[in-house]
Amino acid sequence: MNLSFFLFYISAAVAITTAIMAVTRKNASHALIYLVVTLLSIAVIFFLLGAPFAAALEIVIYAGAIVVLFLFVVMMLNLGRSSVARESQWLRPGMWVLPAILSGVLFIVFGYTVLQTENSAMIEGQVVPPKEVGTVLFHEYLLGVELAGVLLLAALVGAFHLGRRYLEERREN
Amino acid sequence: MTTALSIPLEHVFFLAIILFLIGAFGVLIRRNIIFMLLSLEIMMNACGLAFVAAGARWAEPDGQIMFMFILALAAAEVAVALGLVVQFARRFETLDIDRAEELNG
Repeated sequence: MNLSFFLFYISAAVAITTAIMAVTRKNASHALIYLVVTLLSIAVIFFLLGAPFAAALEIVIYAGAIVVLFLFVVMMLNLGRSSVARESQWLRPGMWVLPAILSGVLFIVFGYTVLQTENSAMIEGQVVPPKEVGTVLFHEYLLGVELAGVLLLAALVGAFHLGRRYLEERREN
Repeated sequence: MTTALSIPLEHVFFLAIILFLIGAFGVLIRRNIIFMLLSLEIMMNACGLAFVAAGARWAEPDGQIMFMFILALAAAEVAVALGLVVQFARRFETLDIDRAEELNG
């Protein structure tokens, strides 16, 4: 029982609460702010697990880049009060019952599987420094790095292609 | 060096499972595409958390490397999906995913 122990459970509770808030909000901007808090608490958990590099990437790329991309699109589409009213219309009470039951069933299945594992052990929080991660990444996983680069290039070309027509037609109007 | 954490591996896995199911629940109940993408991000984060936890259990860097691949995948997915969202909003004047059921250009 020490500080890290409690920090883990506090961050876990914050992550779960804000994740629930993020998927149930009606205003997209509010949901994204809750998502940022979820990502930050997951980053704290990464740090406690002894993965400081993953924690830094979680903050820099997820909370810093991906959520900002979401925010740009939300601003570009100009989702205001009318979209909040439409969300209330779409999120009718009672429609969450079946998804909740299905999620509960999946939770039982997943939980049963995890509890059956024989490799259960304590995580001691042994820190794996970024240097070690980099060494393994660029030796054993070099092919994966190359493929990730190709994937990002494809995404870049795809996003450019999808966005360009929108911008051109806007210019014509 | 250690962060003096001492928790069972299952607890982190249960956190990952709960976050994953919250994301799946969000995908099921929402009709707005942006919220569905947001829920997908939560699900991917849960997968990354499970990988990092498994890597931390054996103090090996492989878990963090898998997390980085998931990160690259998420970045690529979000870039393309948000481009599609912008096109969709322009074409149908709404973000209702049910409008895409015909998929006829």
